[in-house]
Amino acid sequence: MHIQLKNIHKYFGSVHANNDVSLTIEPGQILGLLGENGAGKSTLMKILSGLICKDSGEILINGEEQDLKSPADALRLGIGMLHQDPHDFPSMTIREDLQIWDQRSGRANHSAVDWQALMKIQEDLGFNLDLDGSVGELTVGERQQLELARLLWLGVELLILDEPTTGISASQQEILFSALKKLAGQGKTIIFVSHKLEEVKELCSRAVVLRKGCLIGEREAPFDENDLVKLMFGRQITRTRTAHAGTRDVCLSVQKLNIEDFRIAIENVNFDLYAGEVIGLAGMEGSGQRQFLQALAGMKQPSSGHILFGDEDLFGKNCYDYQKRGIFYVPSARMEEGLVPGMTLEEHYILSDCEKRVFIDSKKSHKVTEDRIQRFNIKGRAVTFSEELSGGNQQRLLLSLLQDPAKVLLLENPTRGLDIESTNWIWSILRERCQAATSIIFSSADLDELTFYADRILVFFSGRISEPLDSAGLDEERLGRMIGGKD
Amino acid sequence: MNEFLTNMAGVIAAATPVVVAVIGETFSERSGVINLSANGLIVLAAMTGFAAAYLTGIVWVGLLAGFLTGAIAGLLISFSSISLKQSQVAVGFILSLLFRDLAYFLGTPFMVIPGPTVSGWAIPLLKDIPILGPLLFDQNVLVYFSYILIIASYYWIFHTRQGLVLRGVGEQPISAYSRGIDVNRQRYIYTALGSGLIGLAGPMYSLSIKAGWNGTMTGLDGIGWIVLSITIFGGWNPLRGSFGGYLFVFLQWLGLALQSYWTNVPSQVLQVAPFPLMILTLLFVNIGDTEWVTRMLATLPRGVRGAFYKLFRFLRKPPPASLGVPFERE
Ligand SMILES: Nc1ncnc2c1ncn2[C@@H]1O[C@H](COP(=O)(O)OP(=O)(O)OP(=O)(O)O)[C@@H](O)[C@H]1O
Ligand SMILES: [Mg+2]
Repeated sequence: MHIQLKNIHKYFGSVHANNDVSLTIEPGQILGLLGENGAGKSTLMKILSGLICKDSGEILINGEEQDLKSPADALRLGIGMLHQDPHDFPSMTIREDLQIWDQRSGRANHSAVDWQALMKIQEDLGFNLDLDGSVGELTVGERQQLELARLLWLGVELLILDEPTTGISASQQEILFSALKKLAGQGKTIIFVSHKLEEVKELCSRAVVLRKGCLIGEREAPFDENDLVKLMFGRQITRTRTAHAGTRDVCLSVQKLNIEDFRIAIENVNFDLYAGEVIGLAGMEGSGQRQFLQALAGMKQPSSGHILFGDEDLFGKNCYDYQKRGIFYVPSARMEEGLVPGMTLEEHYILSDCEKRVFIDSKKSHKVTEDRIQRFNIKGRAVTFSEELSGGNQQRLLLSLLQDPAKVLLLENPTRGLDIESTNWIWSILRERCQAATSIIFSSADLDELTFYADRILVFFSGRISEPLDSAGLDEERLGRMIGGKD
Repeated sequence: MNEFLTNMAGVIAAATPVVVAVIGETFSERSGVINLSANGLIVLAAMTGFAAAYLTGIVWVGLLAGFLTGAIAGLLISFSSISLKQSQVAVGFILSLLFRDLAYFLGTPFMVIPGPTVSGWAIPLLKDIPILGPLLFDQNVLVYFSYILIIASYYWIFHTRQGLVLRGVGEQPISAYSRGIDVNRQRYIYTALGSGLIGLAGPMYSLSIKAGWNGTMTGLDGIGWIVLSITIFGGWNPLRGSFGGYLFVFLQWLGLALQSYWTNVPSQVLQVAPFPLMILTLLFVNIGDTEWVTRMLATLPRGVRGAFYKLFRFLRKPPPASLGVPFERE
């Protein structure tokens, strides 16, 4: 599919999200779309997939001008998009979810539901989704897998992937990339939106960079990473690593903990979390990290065991008791579990403020809001609604809501969807907290992030948890094998 | 025994309009639109249905008029809540009051006059089945229609592609939209259809169960609210909803029947008993959600716990996630 975008403009109120973007994409090409958080990447892709309408400009598909008024129009032309926050149906089973699409816009050869073809796609991609399982019980990464399989199943001609690799393990990513290359070889066009330069380097033949809504540069493979970073952020970025602050004071001690739900059973977990330490949870999405973090936050009842905090056993207490003691959990599905759509940033800060008073101290809340927006560098204003923020900025907002005197932070994929600069910056904030003896447990699908920022790593494989591994000197190959359950 | 059967057959007949209206409400709420006007609408449709049947002398015209009254009301609600983005609750509530008063006002010429009624028709062969025959198949056509409706609507919502789309629209309209579905069109269709069914309940009363139009004395005021709560009790499922409808009317009958035995209990107590009983059932249905129950269950042995989880998961039905929320594309 040959695609040409001409002078696309899009405003959200006063935000100029796309400013005169012109771009041509040849069939069979894998185009990388890069840009920092809030650069306008998702906006541009949503316009191309019909979800939102451009304010002005032209879209030509195979040389013909098309007016994409709705996703139905785009689907009819064979344009499918995997959204940054999966557009699926959490209350349904996967089988049901997969059957929802408008038949008139579906491709003709798929009017009947062809499960075999779907299973084949799953198998080829190395996904392992149980068709009768419920979508709501999947992790964000698995939901992205589901959407991806679904789009391939529908047989789209242009595949737009908005940060598809956030929840996929290294080996799955390899499989995905080879599948994408194969599809490109068959003449399908692929647009790959990402922050991760390594991925773009590996996959794409061409990359374009957006910054503040403008298309500011274009590069052909082979790419120079530093050059791309400079284009994206306007300056060089280097990872800074602060010294470990880990001590030997036990902050939280987990003994013989058993956690089970209908999805997974985690048995006999034993470890000590030291004050000021960072523990990383490695593993494929859905191997039990989420249940583990929730159990440590009191959001999920473990079936037996001890969670010792100081001299106190927190087993059986509820999440408010945990919060009172400074143990906080930050989920990864930010719009569903972390933020409140329809509330402004300022209202979020007021809500998270535990002060018990009837009236809102508006002077103070203005100040707090302005302060946090500045400190966390959120691209938004006090009156912006949380759902209007770009994905990365939603994540910043979520982290900025954390209460201050925290003893233990339990973070599920804390930097999912954040660009390098933000990731660096978030970790510098988190590390600062570690200096003040806050301990952190976080899960991540990014091996680099794990080995770089964690002091020790626990590897999850379908509910089994490894001994804590020291991240210094840990070899990534071995880590990868353990994640795959092969070591 | 025979008398009991006759009574139960009466309960089934009397529950028919409730069941049909519950299914109607289920359709529109599944698509994401709450039709709060049900109460006034049933009264209004009872009047228009009766008037149409009286003027033409044909009951079918009356039934059709009831359905159309409902469908038009449905379009009105869709228009205000989908196209004008007004609050469904506020609009529905006001329409409910308006429809009721409109019915009393416009219905004056048709007060207390005899009109046509739907006559009974026992289904040959089926009526001879012991117990089930006299209970289910010695009724009128409206009742048979409700049987078909229950099964067909259940099948439609849970076993067809169209039904999946309907549920998807009520759950995650944005997801449905990005898969090419015209969310607002779906909502218009199902609200009109569902509201039409609620409307149909009106002439089911005025042409059959409570034949005639007696203005404020018709005694239909209040049924719509029950319908709304049974829809919730039924977990937006036509089978469970119908069960709720039958249960409610049965409890009402029980209240009346017990009056002759328990003469020392004030009759009002027995008459209102069905309402708190419905609330208790609702409570039980949703009890699995509460934290103390979860905690209590955690102490039980594994097998027992599993059985309870299953029971609660079966009972608990969360509402369509986007119920009452207008859909706006980004
Ligand atoms: N529905 C909306 N209403 C108002 N503003 C919006 C809306 N959607 C996006 N924006 C704004 O438009 C800008 C671009 O957002 P966009 O989501 O396209 O960024 P992005 O490049 O995808 O970022 P990220 O990497 O964080 O996902 C941001 O400043 C965002 O706040
Ligand atoms: Mg984005």
